[in-house]
Amino acid sequence: MPFIPHTDDDLAAMLQTIGVADIDALFDEIPAALRVGGLPAVPPGMSEAAVVRLMRARAARNVDSLCFLGAGAYEHHIPAAVWELATRGEFYSAYTPYQAEASQGTLQLIYEYQSMLAGLVDLDVSNASLYDGATAFAEACLMAVRASRNRNSRRVLVARYLHPLWRKAAETLLRGQAVELVELPSSGGRTDMQALAALDAQDFAAVCLPWPNFLGGLEPVDELTDWAHGRNMLVIAVCNPVAIGLLKPPGKWGAQGADIACGEGQPLGIPLSSGGPYFGFMACRQALVRQMPGRIVGQTLDIEGRRGFTLTLQAREQHIRRSKATSNICTNQGLMVTAATIHLCLLGSEGLRRVAAQCHTNTRALVAALTSLPGVDLQFSPYFHEAVLTLPQPVAPVLARLAAAGILGGHDLQADFPELGHALLVCATELRTAEDIETYRQAMAGALGMAVAT
Amino acid sequence: MRREDLIFEQSRPGRRASTHAPATIAAIDDLPASVLREAPPPLPEVSELQVVRHFTRLSQLNFSIDTHFYPLGSCTMKYNPRVSNTLAMLPGFLARHPLEPDSHAQGVLESLFDLQELLKAATGMSGVSLTPMAGAQGEFAGIAMIRAWHLARGDTGRTQIIVPDAAHGTNPATASMCGCEAIEIPTGPDGDVDIDALRRAVGPKTAGIMLTNPSTLGVFERRISEIADIVHAAGGLLYYDGANLNAILGRALPAGMGFDVVHINLHKTFSTPHGGGGPGAGVVAVNSRLEPFLPIPIVGKRDGSYVWLSEADRPQSIGRLSGFMGNTGILLRAYVYMRLLGAEGMRRVSGYATLNANYLSTRLAAAGFTIAYPQRRASHEFIISLKDVARDTGATAMDFAKALLDRGFHAPTTYFPLLVPECLLIEPTETETRQELDAFVQALCEIRDLAFRDVGELKRAPQTTPVRRLDDVRAARQLDLVWHSRSGTVN
Ligand SMILES: Cc1ncc(COP(=O)(O)O)c(C=O)c1O
Repeated sequence: MPFIPHTDDDLAAMLQTIGVADIDALFDEIPAALRVGGLPAVPPGMSEAAVVRLMRARAARNVDSLCFLGAGAYEHHIPAAVWELATRGEFYSAYTPYQAEASQGTLQLIYEYQSMLAGLVDLDVSNASLYDGATAFAEACLMAVRASRNRNSRRVLVARYLHPLWRKAAETLLRGQAVELVELPSSGGRTDMQALAALDAQDFAAVCLPWPNFLGGLEPVDELTDWAHGRNMLVIAVCNPVAIGLLKPPGKWGAQGADIACGEGQPLGIPLSSGGPYFGFMACRQALVRQMPGRIVGQTLDIEGRRGFTLTLQAREQHIRRSKATSNICTNQGLMVTAATIHLCLLGSEGLRRVAAQCHTNTRALVAALTSLPGVDLQFSPYFHEAVLTLPQPVAPVLARLAAAGILGGHDLQADFPELGHALLVCATELRTAEDIETYRQAMAGALGMAVAT
Repeated sequence: MRREDLIFEQSRPGRRASTHAPATIAAIDDLPASVLREAPPPLPEVSELQVVRHFTRLSQLNFSIDTHFYPLGSCTMKYNPRVSNTLAMLPGFLARHPLEPDSHAQGVLESLFDLQELLKAATGMSGVSLTPMAGAQGEFAGIAMIRAWHLARGDTGRTQIIVPDAAHGTNPATASMCGCEAIEIPTGPDGDVDIDALRRAVGPKTAGIMLTNPSTLGVFERRISEIADIVHAAGGLLYYDGANLNAILGRALPAGMGFDVVHINLHKTFSTPHGGGGPGAGVVAVNSRLEPFLPIPIVGKRDGSYVWLSEADRPQSIGRLSGFMGNTGILLRAYVYMRLLGAEGMRRVSGYATLNANYLSTRLAAAGFTIAYPQRRASHEFIISLKDVARDTGATAMDFAKALLDRGFHAPTTYFPLLVPECLLIEPTETETRQELDAFVQALCEIRDLAFRDVGELKRAPQTTPVRRLDDVRAARQLDLVWHSRSGTVN
């Protein structure tokens, strides 16, 4: 029997101890009318070998491509050691570290993670993870509404070029609490500082600034941070954790720095895996920590004065505070944080900087190669890590032709941002080589119906 | 005693021993200095061997299913099959970009489509969305769907969600997340919901009720059909918290009990790992009433191919809950597990989980422990109360928990549900041997003997773990949440 160790003798002895004739008798408190004899629509069980065959065939039915698609999920190198270590049974099959003495491995690891993440965004404290970038963004908005000095406002300003899917998810998650997202004015692929005056008469709890933004654009974060703080708003940074290995961290924005930073942890050692599991990160200033959702690990001492780690500030959480908790989150994305922590240690600060720099350099090379084709233009600069190109024809059919040629050519922006025209978001991570980029250039020429010299 | 220095304490400036980053740093000459980082981020500088050794050693400081019996009530800590992990991590699954064309991901989509069908069968429901990323997000989806259903009918005043006092904390917290008010109702002396209190609580403001069945008290709610009638007659809907589905798999269906929506923690019943806190998956299944409101994306089938359904296909959907598709890799693990088990394997799960729980509770009762609901049949889990021992000796449930660690067992869930004093909620699961259960009984008896003989010694537990009892008050009062080097902050 799959995974059930009982012998016939065990079964007989156990039934006798309990004093029932058979296993079915143990369900005698379920009213007879509610009982079912089985699950007829479920197929019979399979051997491990048969399931291996099935899943290998399914994996093989997927189609691999040369990837120039980012848009919130990035193909980076993941050192072999990351998942070898993360899937050790002692990490993989442990529960949430509620019994601290029996969970010091997980707890110390989370403390190390919190330290690295807080340092990366240059804020005081970090939590132990949220589900993904989109939910971290939504939770940051809720947290800001709870913590803002503009007490009566349930409205949050958000840059137009924040990930459109994250915004949709946030709308679902904020609807019940009547928190509303209001878009900042924009022009030229980023927030328009000149047009902000129109917002001056209104109260907002916070402003959310993507860094870089969804188009790879660099928002005027210093000016916006000062502008928002001058109006009692909190500043929420929504950042790519690899990019800030090189870009100014949220804690250094403007005169005082951002108040909350959040984002998608996937670039830190997490496989693309059809969109999940990833993890959301969140950090904030010390003064806001009691409004932060999710688990937090703290250092303390044991009765012999030895250093140890434990979950702390649990009075924010659902198992203590129930309907008054900062969030309903319980299970988070612990194993992903385990992988990200190992990944960050293997890279170190210099490694992370180099990865970020190489991504940017490769994207520049890609932009140069593609804009060498007639009618293909770079739409905005400066950009970082990702860039918007305009094509001389609609994007979707071009991407379909590229896909047929084995290339994921980028993300079509037309549906979400029609003002950009035939706009394509492209990205080349550190994994793309000069040959890859040349392959793409030639395929793009073909997809656009051009003859091209090779 | 084992300990491991922080990775920061093992770091030395300038140590670079990895092959993971580009060999040189590319020049950034197109960006103004004002957008660049000045000081490098404070990450440790360590060799790959140091990293491997550090995290291997840290792992060894944990208890886990793979190393210890882990009878943590409400959490279903059963064996997580290795093959689920191996297959979900095949390169053909890991390489899938979430925004690639559906035509490139047919193998994933087919597996997810099949999983949706299996979950419909296991719950008796007609629609499934796999996107919620944990139980609490499934709860959110369920309550948001219930709200959307009322609103679609123009019934705007239904803002109350009824939850029993034994409910998990995520239930009332979810009600608040959805902008609803949680109305708590008591449990009767036999462990079932107090039906009169329920009758008094329902009314024109009732959006719905959230129930776990069997409840977190480890007993099956026998009057569930009556409860369903009361709530439906009052205009509300029923939400099934499927955290305890392991207890009834293949023996009763949430749909048959009158529920309208159910979430299932795949990281419990379908044996995906807990990963030291997550990730999980909290898929939701609904009856036809709520189907139009399911969160997107959902896997559909069109012209013989599998596709992600979006807003355009599901205009009444409550919307998305994640940036992409939810925790796909976890869904694949659950799918592998379900195919291994098949119909008869699933029914055996509930049978042997219940057998193990009843065996353990019978043996503990015979050994003189106080079972919280002795007149009731245990489901897949049960509660013992140590109130009498605490009164006679001063030893608390917490002391028992810590003493179990010294004897090589992870502790059961302590002090939950909140209504049973000094309680241990014990869930052995179906994957444990009788020998393991017997050893656990013996350990609890030894601990109780110790409580009567030398409670001071008991309160010194644990003594064999990497640290002894920790000062939680200090942790909360003198907050130390990130490492700072001796010279100040690491920045
Ligand atoms: C009864 C019950 N409901 C809900 C949950 C919440 O599930 P999750 O932790 O996956 O969010 C849990 C698990 O912790 C539970 O035991």
